[in-house]
Amino acid sequence: MPTGTPTTDLWPRLEPLLPQVQKPARYIGCEDGMQVPEHGPGTTSWLFTYPDTYEIGLPNAGLQILYEIINERPDAAAERSYAPWVDLEALMRRDGIPLFSVDTHKPAGEFDIIAFNLSAELTYTNLVNCVDLAGVPIHSARRADADPLIAVGGHCTYNPEPIADFVDLVVLGDGEEVIGDITDLVGEWKRNGKNAGTREGLLRELSKIEGVYVPSMYEVEYDGEFLAAVTPRYPDVPEKVEKRTVADLGDWPYPKQQLVPMTEVVHDRLAVEVFRGCTRGCRFCQAGMITRPVRERPAEQVSRMISEGLQRTGYDEVSLTSLSTADFSGIERVVADTVSDQGVGQVSVALPSLRVDAFTVGIAAELQRARRTGLTFAPEAGTWRMRQVINKLIREEDLYGAVESAYSQGWRRMKLYFLTGLPTETDEDTLGIAELGRNCVELGRKYQKSPSVTVSVGGFVPKPQTPFQWFGQNTEEELRRKVELLKNDLRGTKGVQLKWHDTRASLAEGITSRGDRRLGAVIEYVWRHGGTFQEWSEHFSVDLWLEALAANGLDVEWYVYRHRTEDEVLPWDHLSAGLHKDFLWQDWRDALEELGLEDCRWTPCYDCGACTGYGIEHVVASATPPAGGSQGTGVDLSTGGAVPVMLQPRAPIGAGS
Amino acid sequence: MRLRIAFSKHGKIRFTSHRDVARIWERALRRTNLPVAYSEGFTPRPKLSFGLALSTGHESEGEYLDVDLDPEQAADLDLDGLASHLTAQLPAGMTATGVVVVDRRMPSLQQAVTSCTWQIDILGVDESTAQAAVDGALAAEELIVTRERKGKQVTDDLRPLVLSLDVDQPIEDGVRLIAELGTQPRAVRVSELLSAFDPPLDEQCVLGSRVLRLHQWIITDDGQRIDPMSVDAAASAPVGVS
Repeated sequence: MPTGTPTTDLWPRLEPLLPQVQKPARYIGCEDGMQVPEHGPGTTSWLFTYPDTYEIGLPNAGLQILYEIINERPDAAAERSYAPWVDLEALMRRDGIPLFSVDTHKPAGEFDIIAFNLSAELTYTNLVNCVDLAGVPIHSARRADADPLIAVGGHCTYNPEPIADFVDLVVLGDGEEVIGDITDLVGEWKRNGKNAGTREGLLRELSKIEGVYVPSMYEVEYDGEFLAAVTPRYPDVPEKVEKRTVADLGDWPYPKQQLVPMTEVVHDRLAVEVFRGCTRGCRFCQAGMITRPVRERPAEQVSRMISEGLQRTGYDEVSLTSLSTADFSGIERVVADTVSDQGVGQVSVALPSLRVDAFTVGIAAELQRARRTGLTFAPEAGTWRMRQVINKLIREEDLYGAVESAYSQGWRRMKLYFLTGLPTETDEDTLGIAELGRNCVELGRKYQKSPSVTVSVGGFVPKPQTPFQWFGQNTEEELRRKVELLKNDLRGTKGVQLKWHDTRASLAEGITSRGDRRLGAVIEYVWRHGGTFQEWSEHFSVDLWLEALAANGLDVEWYVYRHRTEDEVLPWDHLSAGLHKDFLWQDWRDALEELGLEDCRWTPCYDCGACTGYGIEHVVASATPPAGGSQGTGVDLSTGGAVPVMLQPRAPIGAGS
Repeated sequence: MRLRIAFSKHGKIRFTSHRDVARIWERALRRTNLPVAYSEGFTPRPKLSFGLALSTGHESEGEYLDVDLDPEQAADLDLDGLASHLTAQLPAGMTATGVVVVDRRMPSLQQAVTSCTWQIDILGVDESTAQAAVDGALAAEELIVTRERKGKQVTDDLRPLVLSLDVDQPIEDGVRLIAELGTQPRAVRVSELLSAFDPPLDEQCVLGSRVLRLHQWIITDDGQRIDPMSVDAAASAPVGVS
């Protein structure tokens, strides 16, 4: 530690509190891969924070990548923090202990930048709570020059307007390169003493970095309840903020030292990202829209990251992550390498996002020789018509082929994910979900004594920067009615279990998903009334959100349920994920026409803007679609509705069982 | 072939649970490339067997686990230096302090261990108060505690399991007790002992206490009290045969 640097270790004050709280190991750090960086007056320090519990936040790959990249710089230091659970928070507030890093238990307020990953809108109140626990004013306008900068990144930042009041800067897109640029500028400002009156100038400079959005540099005008314009306050601040995109994933083989926690977390396994981006074009899927184009990691690099990662961590399970891992053109080589690598012993490989076809099941069978318990598929909608609307071009043939292949190879349980409340959805479409579930169980009976299918249904929440951004979300009552429809239809059906997401949570998510800056007061209201950990059913309260809207004179109908028109200024129109607005509008029209689009990785370009706008291209190793590619790649889509396998006829309603 | 590994647990890592420690060992053993034997079946698990659970938050000088190795691959295994290789793969605060080969026919650690010696540092209590509590507990005919088990209130008498109890040297702001507590038919928790004192030590004292397991003991058939690492010597079983 360089002399003269004030740094505080909160551990001695925290330690006596830990025997009094649940799961104290989440506050100790001590992970394999943890870094103990040196801080100093010339060192720019980042506190990467996940605004939910350690168990949820630790595995977050984005934060781990940035943590390593920053700590590789001699002039920068990175540590991590997570939202303390309510029991510890109460004790911290009682004793005046601020939010701390888990690496060296340094107070959050001593960092130059506190950067949050935002993966879910319902964590917004936790963001505010963490800033407050850090001892930093929650409103960016109230912060003093020397206060930490509050930064956010992650998928939610494609509409950061609801949290614009609370953050100083927003990063759009891939973080690997842009954090270096931010570190340079903040470092210079820090070395110059963070003098009074210089914060505004720093923020203005930051706003010129590609991929950085500084909400306070923009003026928002309203025309009645509608947005009129969001315009820069200075001529050198960009009118439209473009996301940052890393051209070649092969240049960024991170994390090199994945953190291995000492206590249980979600996704407690090695994770290797095989590609970023997806061009399947599912219209409901924000991740697929905002991460274009497709950039694959070289297969040999993937294989090396797997074998080195397993040896270093001691994990016996690796997950190949992406938005659709079976689409990775190097999948067969990576599978062969991993399976033949005797040095790593008893290893299982997880494919978290299975494509729905028999080829994918074949790969899964090869990978999961030992533990064959359950497989998960996401057909997303119950009828071919509905799947054309959402552009999830899975034919029934693909689904039944995948399911039959899985049952015949020893799997006993399937999980099928669906959305309800999609545009143009009729009750026939909704009931199609039950039908698919029933048919899958029926297929399973040929191979298994008691096959089981879990049908999991979530209420659709339209997301910014997607073709469905104009769609009025189904009301909570309507979503509940559809869930009831399915419950009634599946009552007494052997082998099919129905699970559904809380429709009230979909409503709260809808409030924040497409909101504007007026939502800041709503989020603050919910936070001030104890509404933290809204992702947790035991703490979630939809009434609090509705009360907060009403208290601020805002209308749930206007924010959530109404369809937007083509000429409406959307709160995120000044932010760009590379997609042209007219492409998105055309895709929305195509959806209503029930027109599916093939994957542009291997077929002609639809000029969405993601490649051309940034001068980069899809990075795929193969010019042809991978074997068995469904979802509209080189298959005849006119047969989508056909059912090619023999199935039991559906029992007439009321026939009982 | 079965290895018995002794290890200690100190500092921040003491806040990990028994299950956490099991996972930490599974990963450490894989990284050491020890030829650990796996169970058969759909979900092969490494054959590890842990001794008595250590409560989350307690430290220890005497933790043990048994590891079954694949006999063929383990034939040339060099035990020298293995403890330090293992320590290098463990998190800060956990140290492998010894490795011996034990006979696989020996009873498991859970069955074999009969008592543990504990060092209990209690803050905010003076020596005379502590001495009175200890004297009272030792003089009592029974020490009744009530606990919940499967939704029912169960009462137990701890007195037969309190094998020794002394007030040790004073520490800053408190006292240190040394206790040997029995583990059969069930292990007495340190917190139970403190709550069974008359009057019970108040909650703040218990929360502020720092507990260290000094030893685990096995009483042999001939009444000797031995360390779990010396079972083979006590039983004169040939070393290295399994």
